[in-house]
Amino acid sequence: VCNYRIIFWIFQELQIDYSKYEHPPVLTVEEQAKYVSSSEGALSKNLFLKDKKNRYYIVSAMTDTKVDMKVLSQRLGLGKGGIRMAPEEALSELLQVSLGCVTPFAVVNESARDVSLLLDQKFKNQTRCIFHPLSNDVSVSLNTLGLDKFLQSIGRDSVYIDLEVNANPVVGKDQPPDLAVYVPSNSVVVPELPTKTASIQTASKNVSAEKTKPVASAKPSKLAGNGKSAVEDSALLVFKNPEKFVEEILDKTTALLLSEGKGENVEALAETFRKRLTSEFTHLAVMYKNTAYSQGFYAGTQSQPKRP
Amino acid sequence: MEVDKKEEIASESSEEQVVNPWEVSAKDGGKIDYDKLIDQFGCQRLDESLIDRVERLTSRQPHVFLRRGVFFAHRDFDLVLDAYERGDKFYLYTGRGPSSEALHLGHLIPFMFTKYLQEAFKVPLVIQLTDDEKCMWKNLSVEESQRLARENAKDIIACGFDVTKTFIFSDFDYVGGAFYKNMVKVAKCVTLNKAMGIFGFSGEDHIGKLSFPPVQAVPSFPSSFPHLFPGKDKLRCLIPCAIDQDPYFRMTRDVAPRLGYSKPALIESTFFPALQAKNGKMSASDPNSAIYVTDTAKDIKNKINRYAFSGGQDSIEKHREIGANLEVDIPVKYLSFFLEDDAELEHIKKEYGEGRMLTGEVKKRLTEVLTEMVERHRMARAAVTDEMVDAFMAVRPLPNMFE
Repeated sequence: VCNYRIIFWIFQELQIDYSKYEHPPVLTVEEQAKYVSSSEGALSKNLFLKDKKNRYYIVSAMTDTKVDMKVLSQRLGLGKGGIRMAPEEALSELLQVSLGCVTPFAVVNESARDVSLLLDQKFKNQTRCIFHPLSNDVSVSLNTLGLDKFLQSIGRDSVYIDLEVNANPVVGKDQPPDLAVYVPSNSVVVPELPTKTASIQTASKNVSAEKTKPVASAKPSKLAGNGKSAVEDSALLVFKNPEKFVEEILDKTTALLLSEGKGENVEALAETFRKRLTSEFTHLAVMYKNTAYSQGFYAGTQSQPKRP
Repeated sequence: MEVDKKEEIASESSEEQVVNPWEVSAKDGGKIDYDKLIDQFGCQRLDESLIDRVERLTSRQPHVFLRRGVFFAHRDFDLVLDAYERGDKFYLYTGRGPSSEALHLGHLIPFMFTKYLQEAFKVPLVIQLTDDEKCMWKNLSVEESQRLARENAKDIIACGFDVTKTFIFSDFDYVGGAFYKNMVKVAKCVTLNKAMGIFGFSGEDHIGKLSFPPVQAVPSFPSSFPHLFPGKDKLRCLIPCAIDQDPYFRMTRDVAPRLGYSKPALIESTFFPALQAKNGKMSASDPNSAIYVTDTAKDIKNKINRYAFSGGQDSIEKHREIGANLEVDIPVKYLSFFLEDDAELEHIKKEYGEGRMLTGEVKKRLTEVLTEMVERHRMARAAVTDEMVDAFMAVRPLPNMFE
């Protein structure tokens, strides 16, 4: 969990030039514009999006940039309707912010490590841009160099894209989805909250700078959701676990025995076994070997040199 | 010199069949004439005696692709076998141009065969992912082509290659050092005119394309991999590939002796026909022309039933009378690729060809065979982690490569 003051601490550590504005909590860009004038910088609109495979994206753009969700979805390689606004629980679980507070800075949170951040290329032409620093009663203006420096310090690449590119067709045989490389490799399962925290009401009443925490924060493991992947995972154990490996071999052999074994003489049966099972078992064994080698290889890259 | 009069493939009129790495089409709506191709290219037929020899040397049944004539042509495979008998080993080289994420069965064929060769002969293998080629020809971004290369590597690994004997590399990662030195040596031996003649380049093509052929040529030379074959400059190379890759390797074979290297040997396959037949090969841009490794059992069943071109007759009566046309029937063709049991295949061909078996039955059997294959591939693919890809692609020695 990241208190917004951390953001300013990082700015100071990295000597990033910024300006800070405090104001009543605001939920929309229009409201924010009342308190922070455009002479301070370009206001941004920030979208928190989710695709059908539970992968999340922050899209941060100039307020006048047209963000076409259909086009974006296609450019990410997700088909036409592959992307939509993320639910409120995801906002608090992954970005640790409340409504109206989506910001590029949210990726400072460990919980947001698999969220892809896409920035409007047009930010680069602005002297300064304005974002919330994790709280919707504060705004901060800085230039893209400062933003890049911030992101770099937390191990993130700054990804600027031209959101208004509209090729025709957007994606086709000769035009692969150009943003597909920014789709996160990991999906995240966000547990559904039973009732929404009344973050809206509290925000408008209190000028509290503390984030509202999700109600049921003691939820069971995030990854409990998907039944299918649990089955697949146990199937993959056969390549890692010696007992499962042997079990798989015996299962297949006994199944063949039971189906072919009636009345066959033993020699013929042995031949059948060899013929039918050799290729499949070899394949299994090679994958087992490859898995073991890869684990060893990885361990090798992580191991410390011997002490002299 | 092998290359001379067979070179001008690019200037073929549409009356002739066209076979080169970027285009494959048959003449006049007919089918690819493989005998003519062998003649035109100047390679040799892989005959029974060679297949018997392989069986003897490897002490196992030859792969189904050899028995059924899928791999049907070669250059110098007999010399490789001669050397092998004397105790001189060889290494395998094959590759893929990662142009789309979806792999279909046609893509897997060279890899399935290469895996068999690796196991049967107990030899090492290098696999080249030509991400640079696809970046240039398909106008992908560098990042996208690299990403596709890694994704394709996972499917390739799932075919069952042994990590202790296999080195997978992408051009963007690996080109440089000894590899690049060989590229320059090869490039110096091929004039612009020759390259234009072999590959059909024109003044309109960008210079990236022109300079690509050496990249695909030099993995044939062991000195391109100093971490794998130090001091083994005379090690022979065998390249399993589809026959449309022949032009690249003709150029390589021509250049090799001039650099003091052995000519790489080739073992070449026919094309895997598209579901709807249509004379060409399976194409990644038409999803109904192919069975993909990501297809579900239901998808496979549907595609076979709806799109597989049938050689059966229009009516059952007619079919029972004259039987199916096995020449054009796709399900039987596919079974000849993937049904291991020779006896069963013969039985099906006989019964279907003489009208006693119906198309539906043949398609059903095919669906079973393909579903089992795709399922197995999917399981293996799911087990391929990023760490495993890193391990396969790490520039590391392979101490047990000939065991």
